[in-house]
Amino acid sequence: MSMEKLVEVRNLKAYYKTRSGEVKAVDGVSFYIRPKEIFGIAGESGCGKSTLALAMLRLLKPPGYIAGGQVIFQGKDLLKLKAEELRSLRWKYISYIPQSSMNALNPVKRIRDQIADVIKTHEGEIPDEEIDKRIEELFTSTGLSPAVAKMYPHELSGGMRQRVIIAMSAILNPRLIVADEPTTALDVVVQRGILQLLLDIRNKIGSSIMLITHDMAVQAEVVDRLAVMYAGKIVEIGDVDHVFKEPLHPYTSALIGAIPSIREKRRLKGLKGLPPDLRRPPPGCRFHPRCPHAKEICKKVEPPLVEVGRGRVVACHLYVEEEVRA
Amino acid sequence: MNLIEVKDLTKKFPLGRWTKRTLTAVDRVSFSIPEKPPKIITLAGESGSGKTTTARLILGFIKPTSGRVLWRGRDIWKLDKKGWKQYRKEVQAVFQDPYSAFNPLFKVDRVLTIPLKKFGLASTDEEAYEMACKALEIVGLRPEEVLGKYPHQLSGGERQRIMLARAFLLKPKLIIADEPVSMIDASLRASILNIMFDFKDKWGVSFLYITHDLSTAYYISDEIIIMYRGSIMEMGPVDDVIEDPMHPYVRLLIESIPIPDPSKRWMERIILPKVELSRVVEIKGCKFYDRCPKRMPMCAERMPKLIEVERGRRVACFLYHKEAF
Ligand SMILES: Nc1ncnc2c1ncn2[C@@H]1O[C@H](COP(=O)(O)OP(=O)(O)OP(=O)(O)O)[C@@H](O)[C@H]1O
Ligand SMILES: Nc1ncnc2c1ncn2[C@@H]1O[C@H](COP(=O)(O)OP(=O)(O)OP(=O)(O)O)[C@@H](O)[C@H]1O
Ligand code: SF4
Ligand SMILES: [Mg+2]
Ligand SMILES: [Mg+2]
Repeated sequence: MSMEKLVEVRNLKAYYKTRSGEVKAVDGVSFYIRPKEIFGIAGESGCGKSTLALAMLRLLKPPGYIAGGQVIFQGKDLLKLKAEELRSLRWKYISYIPQSSMNALNPVKRIRDQIADVIKTHEGEIPDEEIDKRIEELFTSTGLSPAVAKMYPHELSGGMRQRVIIAMSAILNPRLIVADEPTTALDVVVQRGILQLLLDIRNKIGSSIMLITHDMAVQAEVVDRLAVMYAGKIVEIGDVDHVFKEPLHPYTSALIGAIPSIREKRRLKGLKGLPPDLRRPPPGCRFHPRCPHAKEICKKVEPPLVEVGRGRVVACHLYVEEEVRA
Repeated sequence: MNLIEVKDLTKKFPLGRWTKRTLTAVDRVSFSIPEKPPKIITLAGESGSGKTTTARLILGFIKPTSGRVLWRGRDIWKLDKKGWKQYRKEVQAVFQDPYSAFNPLFKVDRVLTIPLKKFGLASTDEEAYEMACKALEIVGLRPEEVLGKYPHQLSGGERQRIMLARAFLLKPKLIIADEPVSMIDASLRASILNIMFDFKDKWGVSFLYITHDLSTAYYISDEIIIMYRGSIMEMGPVDDVIEDPMHPYVRLLIESIPIPDPSKRWMERIILPKVELSRVVEIKGCKFYDRCPKRMPMCAERMPKLIEVERGRRVACFLYHKEAF
């Protein structure tokens, strides 16, 4: 796979201002996504996955704000673009499928008209026949009946609405699709169909996909590379096979050790304690209060994200060489 | 005698105020839960398949349209006051959304001690308080950290565990747990599932574990019942059903469970329906007919009965009806 970077996030920080202090939901996150790659973001509820997506795409609403960093997309920093330039990138270069998007369609507007609006915003007035033809092609190639376009969202099942939204995200052949928990709350059969649809889109139009889901089994099924977040930080990134076969960060190991599988029955191990309050994260490594391997240094010094070979990075003192630390 | 026996249980809901049409949420469901040995029985199925409605029927929260729920052989709708009280003590519930089950004005200590006194399990306040502390420790919470708090001051996982502690306090024979871990993260979920194991092994409590997550079902249960659109499609020992499913729907379901191992990815493609409407249509034949890769003409005509195909293994599909051929 190519080593180019389609998008690179550098030291991104996104906080929420609250009366009881700042919630450091994304606190110095760096990673990149290659062209045509499916890049997964995993981590438990509240660790900052959605905030990361919103901040990258500059969709964060107050009390959230970007406290620093860069998001380089095709050579430009998205965080510095004018609102207009940014708007022209949406759908055409970057599509975003928000969490609980199933309910994001306008319930009383025909699906066809909602898709037509997107096309017209970017390509100006286009004859209706052409729009209908493009929608028909899109639906046929994504396993949906073209008749669905004439319906209203409320007439469709939840899984069907989600499939429409995902098909729609590909209508202008974007380079990047950011999908936030696109299958949560759907049955496994529909979930599998939707993941297959995302893979098809990547294979057909060559988009990269950033797949956010807390479900590690879903990550294992579809992504190429995986980043694991904990308490506002990325703790590990690597090829998905390597991460599952040989997790480096103790949190990643715990997460993998806690998922049941129908292929093997073994006693699952829970993890003690709860994730920290992001208004007052613990000093040092944010995972240290729950970590079975925590050493003295872990309580005081924050471990940097270091490269440990084969494109793998990890933020844990167990992997920091003595000389780096000194 | 069975602790609980459900016989041809059916619940129809009216589809609207101005129509006589109904939605059959639970359709002639039958199964039983023995008193001994204690077992964890999973009731699984996709969203809307009728799991919660079945649970509410068993708990006596709603009245069946037809069919019966028997507790130790007695119809729960024919119990006297004393019998009903005993029933409510033996069969406890832990709900999908633990928040709605709490009185927001009661602190955790009252949530736990009130039922103890109501059922006469503790005679003094101190005794009740002590029992509450013990139950909290069993579910992995520190009493001093949670007892003085209101429900909104707790995390979802903490509320869920308090519900389990509360159910446990009454020394029930059966806990009906509706999606008790669905809103809980993987790391904590494993601990709660392990608590359920301990309840069964150490204290002899059975569970009716309701979930759409078949991986956790495989992990903790002894038996599994799989529902689809209100009917049981297949039931039996969990290892048999998951490792070698028989019903075409259950096969599709099991093949679609994601496996947390990137070296074992899905190889085949699946085909989803091209349109799927939000309203439900009543069907006269097999409920899986429209999506079934193995369907036969007779499947559209009538509903296949749930028949025993192996010891303890039941399937509702004409492929397994000998007399059909
Ligand atoms: N509007 C807000 N105001 C204050 N805090 C917020 C706000 N939105 C989110 N947060 C906090 O920021 C943190 C990260 O939230 P975020 O929604 O990004 O998590 P997530 O990883 O997407 O979780 P989930 O898996 O539940 O979707 C959480 O602690 C959350 O409580
Ligand atoms: N009080 C009610 N009035 C009308 N319809 C109802 C009522 N309760 C449930 N239903 C319908 O009955 C069907 C079964 O619902 P039920 O809640 O039992 O499903 P479930 O299997 O628990 O689903 P989930 O996994 O989403 O919790 C659904 O179609 C639901 O909309
Ligand atoms: S009864 Fe017929 S339609 Fe139903 S699952 Fe069996 S083969 Fe398929
Ligand atoms: Mg989120
Ligand atoms: Mg339910």
